[in-house]
Amino acid sequence: MAAIAIVLGAVLGFAAIKFHTEGNPLVDKIDAVLPQTQCGQCSYPGCKPYATAIAAGEADINRCPPGGEEGIQKLADLLGVEFKPFGSDTAAPKPKSVAFIDESTCIGCTLCIQACPVDAIAGAAKQMHTIIAAECTGCELCIAPCPVDCISMRVIEEKINNWKWKYPLHNLTAVETAGAAR
Amino acid sequence: MRKLYHFHGGIHPPSNKTQSTRTAIAHAPLPTKLIVPLHQHAGEAAKPVVQAGDHVLKGQLIGMPEGFVSSAVHAPTSGTIAAVDMQLIAHPSGLPNLCATLIPDGKDEWAALKPVDYRNHSSAELQHLLRMAGVVGLGGAAFPSDIKLRIGKQKINTLILNGAECEPYITCDDMLMRERAAEIVQGAEMLRSMLDADEVLIGVEDNKPEAVAALQQAITANGMNQEVVAIPTIYPGGGAKQLIRVITGLEVPSGKLPTDIGVQCFNVATAYTVYRALAHGEPLLSRVITIAGNVRHAQNYEALIGTPIAELVALSEALPDTDRYIMGGPMMGIPLPSVHVPAVKATNCIIAASAKIFPPSPPAMPCIRCTRCVEVCPADLQPQDLYWFAQSREFGRAQAFSLFDCIECGACSYVCPSHIPLVQFYRFAKSEIRAREHDKQLADQARVRHEYHEQRIEREKRERADKLAAREKTAQAAKLASAPPLTPQQQAEQAGLEAGRAHIRELAQSEVGHSDEGVTK
Repeated sequence: MAAIAIVLGAVLGFAAIKFHTEGNPLVDKIDAVLPQTQCGQCSYPGCKPYATAIAAGEADINRCPPGGEEGIQKLADLLGVEFKPFGSDTAAPKPKSVAFIDESTCIGCTLCIQACPVDAIAGAAKQMHTIIAAECTGCELCIAPCPVDCISMRVIEEKINNWKWKYPLHNLTAVETAGAAR
Repeated sequence: MRKLYHFHGGIHPPSNKTQSTRTAIAHAPLPTKLIVPLHQHAGEAAKPVVQAGDHVLKGQLIGMPEGFVSSAVHAPTSGTIAAVDMQLIAHPSGLPNLCATLIPDGKDEWAALKPVDYRNHSSAELQHLLRMAGVVGLGGAAFPSDIKLRIGKQKINTLILNGAECEPYITCDDMLMRERAAEIVQGAEMLRSMLDADEVLIGVEDNKPEAVAALQQAITANGMNQEVVAIPTIYPGGGAKQLIRVITGLEVPSGKLPTDIGVQCFNVATAYTVYRALAHGEPLLSRVITIAGNVRHAQNYEALIGTPIAELVALSEALPDTDRYIMGGPMMGIPLPSVHVPAVKATNCIIAASAKIFPPSPPAMPCIRCTRCVEVCPADLQPQDLYWFAQSREFGRAQAFSLFDCIECGACSYVCPSHIPLVQFYRFAKSEIRAREHDKQLADQARVRHEYHEQRIEREKRERADKLAAREKTAQAAKLASAPPLTPQQQAEQAGLEAGRAHIRELAQSEVGHSDEGVTK
């Protein structure tokens, strides 16, 4: 008996070290579903804090407009809860956009650079700034700080390389049976 | 006689090939202008290296390959570049893409050509030559050939040349095999040597006896160790995986490449192009294109890449009731957004379509789960389930049912008694899944960048605090260390100065009428 206890205790002790996980795995799973826009529209200061709040049961799953309804569905599937439509206090999902700096108006104040959560703006003090479009998440956080309103959001255009096949339009039409119409 | 195998399913649509095989391949005359897209191949677009106004020679590089999977683009004839801009191209989206427009000068003057003897060069050198010659798969996918030759340590036992050409109407490979068999078998030998393959098998459907005879004769005449295999005519027998199955009995596993089972497959026209590129140094500037369907005389033309399709169709005289044009075959082809788009490397056939030869499909009815699509699916899938998942946007389940093994051959749509456009649903689901994977990648990238951003902010804050603390510390130390004892005279001077300053401050304050509080400040 004692031998078994010692062996099992050793196994448990070993397992505790071997399978030790850093942080909360649920937070990481939720964070993986979120779109990583880091826009703060959920009222949390980024995707990870929102994921932490969801995991702690403090936040609803319908607070992420960039994720869209599909994002809510994914969170619902992940957490085993019911789908919940967007509430009236969250912004409506918008088409994906990237920020654009009107370089002739930019005064080089670096306020937008400080606001960008993913360091997607290149520039220096009193030098013109520009958006690295490939890295921009479209969070709109750079728009408010700009003192000269030179930043605007541009919807990502459909081009050959991001074009998608559309949902086939085939309406199910009622077929007239012989004699029914006449 | 080689033992042949079967692949699952397949259909027998009317072949409609005899119309365009009555006359030899004709050379299309030099068009009035050439529109050469810089993205004609799978992978990344070539980068333009010419500007409007440049004079170019035939075969001169105009698009430099960029990225791992990419291929070069050349001027198909000599002339002047009129523009490098967005033009409508043959793409199902109907969206424009970057093209170089070339106005021919009529001289057809070649740039200097550098033919090579493939036996004196390593496979890697030849791959680079093919990449710079813009050689891509001419069967329809336009995948850069040099990537298919880059096999690493894998051992290729069998090189298969695909001359099956199973789609109705298309006869460009058939005519090429009949007329230029010697070049094809020599190109095959070059490919064999680059892959270090043991055997070369040329698969041709048995509805092309002339092509089989021509290839056999060319093999004997050139003393090649190759074999022509006549395979049963069944659509889609020309699909790479299906052809491999029929000839070797091997099945390419889901998600794997033919090279994983020791086989590599090239189209016969690609082998021809490889021969021209190495033995003559000619980049890929033209290809054989079948013009068929609702035309007065269906025929094959050797046309320059970039020739406007309208000029090709005019040669065959499209009939007045033609209402649209299809690039490729009737099963897998795409409707052209305009007849003025240019022919590209992937253009094997242009079908003039009319309501008479392709009557509009009757309205789609609900799926009755008759499983006729399952019976014909050459990829052994469950098309009715895939349709169900695609139409309800359950992409995860569609993927679990091997959606990406679908070759979009259209056999399921062809037999569907409910006339459901099944392939369109699969294409929709595939592109949605790809878009999601792309978004996921971007999100992961954004997460990493955000984490770095936070770390940086944190680090900068810490560094600033440390710096401030250090500066204060040194200032204090300096003050203590550097303050020498003042002489009584200096002390008196300083006290006098201070008193003077205090008096001035007092005066200033009383003038503006401030309270006494500010005076001492």
